[in-house]
Amino acid sequence: MNIEILSRVQFAFTAAFHYLFPPLTIGLGVILVMIEGMWLKTGDRKYHNMARFWTKVFALIFGLGVATGIVLEFEFGTNWATYSRFVGDIFGSALAAEGIFAFFLESGFLAILLFGWDKVGPKLHFFATCMVAFGAHFSAVWIIVANSWQQTPAGSHLEVDGEVVGAGFKMLPEHLGSARMVIDEFWEVVFNPSTVERLSHTLMGAWLAGAFLVVSVSSYYLLKKRHHEFSRLSLRFGLALAIVASLCSLVTGHGSAKVVAEYQPSKLAAMEGHWESGPNAPLHLAGWVDEENGRTVGPSLPGGLSWLIAGTADHRVTGLSEIAEEDRPPVQATFQFFHLMVALGMGMIGYSLWGGWLWWRKRLSKLEHAETRWFLKLGVVAVLMPQLANQAGWFTAEIGRQPWIVWGYLRTSDGLSAVVKAEQVLASIIGFGLIYLLLFVMFVFLLNRKIQHGPEPMGGAIKEGR
Amino acid sequence: MMFSDLNAIWFVLVGVLFGGYAMLDGFDLGVGALMPFVKKDHDRRILYNSIGPVWDGNEVWLVTGGGALFAAFPEVYATVFSGFYLAFIGLLFMLIFRAVAIEFRSKEPWGWWRRMWDWSFTVGSVGASFLIGVAMGNIVRGVPLDARHEYAGGFFDLLNPYSLMMGVTTVALFMMHGSIYLHMKTEGDLQQQVRGWISPLIILFIVCYSVFNLATLLYVPHITDVLRDQPLLFAVVVFLVLAIANIPREIHHGRDARAFLSSCATMLLLMSLFGMGMFPNMVYSLPNPENSLTAYNASSSQKTLRIMLIIAAIGVPIVLAYTVAIYTIFRGKVKLGKDSY
Repeated sequence: MNIEILSRVQFAFTAAFHYLFPPLTIGLGVILVMIEGMWLKTGDRKYHNMARFWTKVFALIFGLGVATGIVLEFEFGTNWATYSRFVGDIFGSALAAEGIFAFFLESGFLAILLFGWDKVGPKLHFFATCMVAFGAHFSAVWIIVANSWQQTPAGSHLEVDGEVVGAGFKMLPEHLGSARMVIDEFWEVVFNPSTVERLSHTLMGAWLAGAFLVVSVSSYYLLKKRHHEFSRLSLRFGLALAIVASLCSLVTGHGSAKVVAEYQPSKLAAMEGHWESGPNAPLHLAGWVDEENGRTVGPSLPGGLSWLIAGTADHRVTGLSEIAEEDRPPVQATFQFFHLMVALGMGMIGYSLWGGWLWWRKRLSKLEHAETRWFLKLGVVAVLMPQLANQAGWFTAEIGRQPWIVWGYLRTSDGLSAVVKAEQVLASIIGFGLIYLLLFVMFVFLLNRKIQHGPEPMGGAIKEGR
Repeated sequence: MMFSDLNAIWFVLVGVLFGGYAMLDGFDLGVGALMPFVKKDHDRRILYNSIGPVWDGNEVWLVTGGGALFAAFPEVYATVFSGFYLAFIGLLFMLIFRAVAIEFRSKEPWGWWRRMWDWSFTVGSVGASFLIGVAMGNIVRGVPLDARHEYAGGFFDLLNPYSLMMGVTTVALFMMHGSIYLHMKTEGDLQQQVRGWISPLIILFIVCYSVFNLATLLYVPHITDVLRDQPLLFAVVVFLVLAIANIPREIHHGRDARAFLSSCATMLLLMSLFGMGMFPNMVYSLPNPENSLTAYNASSSQKTLRIMLIIAAIGVPIVLAYTVAIYTIFRGKVKLGKDSY
């Protein structure tokens, strides 16, 4: 295998594995703020015990997130050195800001969240919880700023050998070492055309991950008839967040797609398997892309895509056949990941609304109703939905960005480290593969142990240490 | 000269971030290296919990230092991280093992489980310290760079005796620093045991550091030249000697916190000595010094440096304020409770 494929596989693998954890801490952070807020408001001990249990789950997830997160920051330099030189002026600033503004906040106040229960008062503890949640969101802000700038560069220009050149510049191998993106306007970089839409969509995905984890564990306890009061309440916190976040995902997802349509037409065409340019572009509900013959088979709504983008079927949508083959992303993968994400998103909306209906009918935790039992059984496994949807969404975004690493400026194949050999990358992939497999097994094992151990009895005495 | 331009300011700031990392995570890594010398499970848990609330915040100094290097000196970041590929991947593995060991270790009571993660913790900590030292040793000594500033050597070129010596010295330094931190956080018999380590570790570090410096004087002429040109450096050396000598004195008088602060000062002085010896070079090129990466030829645009300076001016004081607050909340001896590791 060549070094480009190996480097991409390694980055995709380490990023995807890392991304199991941060969405959970972002979403769970919101839930912790809600629960502790209720504790502070009502003074009811049961909220305190709930917060303590979810904090322990949070700590385990956070630990894995920290351990796997530092890898990504190193990998830009180790595997993508030419890219790093090219974008350092812009991309590096966002990473540094993430460290200074977000990571310090998160990890600093985490100490109080985890170990400060007896050292600080409830108000300061609540403040620390808010800061951890805020830090988690703020780190998402900066990393999405960085990634969105790669998707829709703004506030910067290209220089080769210190000379300003236009956007249409044809990059040749001899230019690579000296080509640089240079910043013009910081706020244009931060608020590049896709930042706001992509950030809000990513955060809703993260809220869903946290919400569904809470729904899943609570459903499990209810079905097993354990920790009834705890799980009855937790389920409501999780479900409330799930309803809000799943509906907002629809809105923010639609917004993101419109930005893609405007700034990354080839990505949109691949997401929808749309080949022939023109008005009345169909919307595929599912399907299979026949890349050889340039068509997509599957059920579709005529004019649906045009209508979604512009509100009218007359809107012209660029098709893949208009785009040079070397500028197209891998169509099948982009199409399938995108449709998987959408399907899961719809599934989560349906599930959340179903839960809302049961809640309204006051049947949410009443096991005597068969419907409730089915709802809870599905709830236990539903934790996989946001995880899969988040992964599928990122695969859509990143595969759909190909062949560019910085849209319109630098190709992924040109961003590699000049001095790193394929066999070195292969060695590190094997290393990461083995270590992450071990970590994943440990994580599932310990999370399960924690869930089996369960929360302290609601309102009861607290057992002293292990 | 140092404060008249943005490049020099960022040279110092990146140094401050990595110095902060050495000062803070240095004691975490040192505790990891000292773990095998403590046998009882209860005592081992005290060691874990002495760093429990702070270690991941300390690691953020490395993350932020890396980000700042990427932003301010992308050429250095790209050259070093890709040039030292296997060493840095190894460092990542070590940091992962260290991190998850702390998280997993005390979650289960089984002996084999805890021993396994104790070893993971120690190997990760020693390995990370050693690799950080080796990387710094190579940067001081110089590595082959080509005309495009790409690393032109191989992995085994990094394992030269001089850099390996720097690796060993770094492990010794972090162990010394860790023992002084532990002396502040422990009590009773365990503290007596820790106290017995401090003097031997100080001596071990001084021996390693002296050998290392002798090697620098003999084999690294470009650093020797700087020393000759800048007599001010000797003042730093004097402070360094005083700071180290002050540690046993404070321990003797039972002033643990001041001993630790003295050790922190030692770390920062070592880092500033390193920075002053290097400036303006960031990666020295050997054998072609004209290919060296400096604070001036490896930096981002002036505009980015200025924006980053604003970000740092807003962010760093806030970070320092709550870091001090958090260390204050968790000051004093470690007590095991229900939230402990």
